[in-house]
Amino acid sequence: MSRKYKQFFGFMALRLAGLIVLFVLFYIIYDIVSKGLSSINWEFISQPPRRGMTEGGIYPAIVGTFYVTVITALVSVPLGMFGAIYLNEYAKKGRLSRLIRMAIRNLAGVPSIVFGLFGVALFVQWFNFGPSLISAGFTLGLMTLPVTITASEEALKTVPDAYRKGSLALGATRWETIKTNVLPLAIPGMMTGSILGLARAAGETAPILFTGAAFFIPHLPDSPFSQFMALPYHLYILATQHHNISVVRPIAYATALVLIVLVLLINLTAIILRIKYRKKFENK
Amino acid sequence: MNNKTKVKVENLNCFYDDFQALKDINMEIKSKEITALIGPSGCGKSTFLRCLNRMNDLIEGARIEGIVCIDDYDIYQNGTDVVSLRKKVGMVFQQPNPFPKSIYDNIAYGPRIHGIKDRSRLNEIVEKSLKNSALWEEVKDRLDTSALDLSGGQQQRLCIARALAVEPDILLMDEPASALDPVATSRIEDLMKDLAENYTIVIVTHNMQQAARISDRTGFFLMGELIEFDRTETIFEKPAQQKTEDYITGRFG
Ligand SMILES: Nc1ncnc2c1ncn2[C@@H]1O[C@H](COP(=O)(O)OP(=O)(O)OP(=O)(O)O)[C@@H](O)[C@H]1O
Ligand SMILES: [Mg+2]
Repeated sequence: MSRKYKQFFGFMALRLAGLIVLFVLFYIIYDIVSKGLSSINWEFISQPPRRGMTEGGIYPAIVGTFYVTVITALVSVPLGMFGAIYLNEYAKKGRLSRLIRMAIRNLAGVPSIVFGLFGVALFVQWFNFGPSLISAGFTLGLMTLPVTITASEEALKTVPDAYRKGSLALGATRWETIKTNVLPLAIPGMMTGSILGLARAAGETAPILFTGAAFFIPHLPDSPFSQFMALPYHLYILATQHHNISVVRPIAYATALVLIVLVLLINLTAIILRIKYRKKFENK
Repeated sequence: MNNKTKVKVENLNCFYDDFQALKDINMEIKSKEITALIGPSGCGKSTFLRCLNRMNDLIEGARIEGIVCIDDYDIYQNGTDVVSLRKKVGMVFQQPNPFPKSIYDNIAYGPRIHGIKDRSRLNEIVEKSLKNSALWEEVKDRLDTSALDLSGGQQQRLCIARALAVEPDILLMDEPASALDPVATSRIEDLMKDLAENYTIVIVTHNMQQAARISDRTGFFLMGELIEFDRTETIFEKPAQQKTEDYITGRFG
């Protein structure tokens, strides 16, 4: 009997943990939607802010976040893929690959504000990009690198070794084997994992704070070297830095809602990709 | 027949880390003959096969000593082009490993890698290879379906066809008939006899009758040692070693 009870309480505890996660997620979404939805209209997503951000919309911030995420992707997805291919397919299990893996793990633990400072030193000053889309995108790109490398490596690990050996035994080189027999299977997984990392990056404030995000620019960035407005930073200002916080509170919630929808959309892309490719595999 | 030597193995030792899987193997494999390797599970047959096309290079911790000469060329000397070695020495694995591609693309994989792009040329190769591995009739109407949908035995024949498609000189086959029914098995055996007109074949088998039926020479491995290697009739009718006789007559496992 007591074993049965133990089992029962064990299950309940586990289920409770699961339900708490669900509750937190839904509560956040509910809170934001209920407080922000009323401020959302076409003007809000198509116009720049006006009158000290108390009116108008957040269009430049949406575009800015979109641009900076694209640059982040251009940096972190290829680097992550190549790094993972090197680690999983070429590197011998020796000192160097252990060192690289350790670096990746530690990089993943570096606080994002530290990445921001690093981005200032490296991209803004050393490369002289100034505070700009490109400095911010590169900073975010480096920050998500551990995610894209790890996701890509996991995807490569799911490709059975027999496919590699079979190809090599037919006289293919290592690179031909990877290109024709490994990557086609691994790329969907690499993409899904990387996109999830990008969604995270799109919502980051600290790394772009000093590297390119601007308080207020009424027009859109016209080159990669322009400063830009970004949703998370805009939200941060509305929520904490504004001279009339209570007046702009609904706008802050609406901005949060747009940001969350954007992040969910990015995640959705990843999920759709995964489902599509899983289907393809199952048919085979 | 007294063919010339195709593969000459001298004092070959193979280690996996500290474990010695092959002990001082000496063997001469004759050109255009079928050489069968027999012996209990874990005695090193697959390991030996992998030494002949350097697939052991891919196993972390594997180490090889000794000499393996193919056409009088030591394949373990520095600067050996492993890629062309593996084109020349084809291999069919113990576990069928079709690629997750269409049947056609599986067979065309090797030829494409080696630069054949012409569609009609590829078509010819695919058809010929599949006919040679006794699979053509079953799959000719569904060449563009996934190879993973084939049955286990069909997958084995597909892998044979895939190896044949690159036209190797030597074909290493690790239990190619282990998942086949008697009909398919005898077709594969016929195929091997045909192939032996042009190819040198080394086959691992657990089936004594099969070794006796098709091979010209047989080697008996036991715990990493080559106990006896001789003409197949000799091995099966009057083996020199007691251990060989015990194994063949099933008096030991
Ligand atoms: N990759 C490996 N790493 C370590 N040891 C290995 C490896 N492959 C094989 N061995 C060991 O080497 C010995 C010979 O293995 P091998 O696969 O060559 O045997 P086999 O004769 O082909 O057996 P079977 O008839 O079961 O296929 C075994 O003891 C095995 O455990
Ligand atoms: Mg074996």
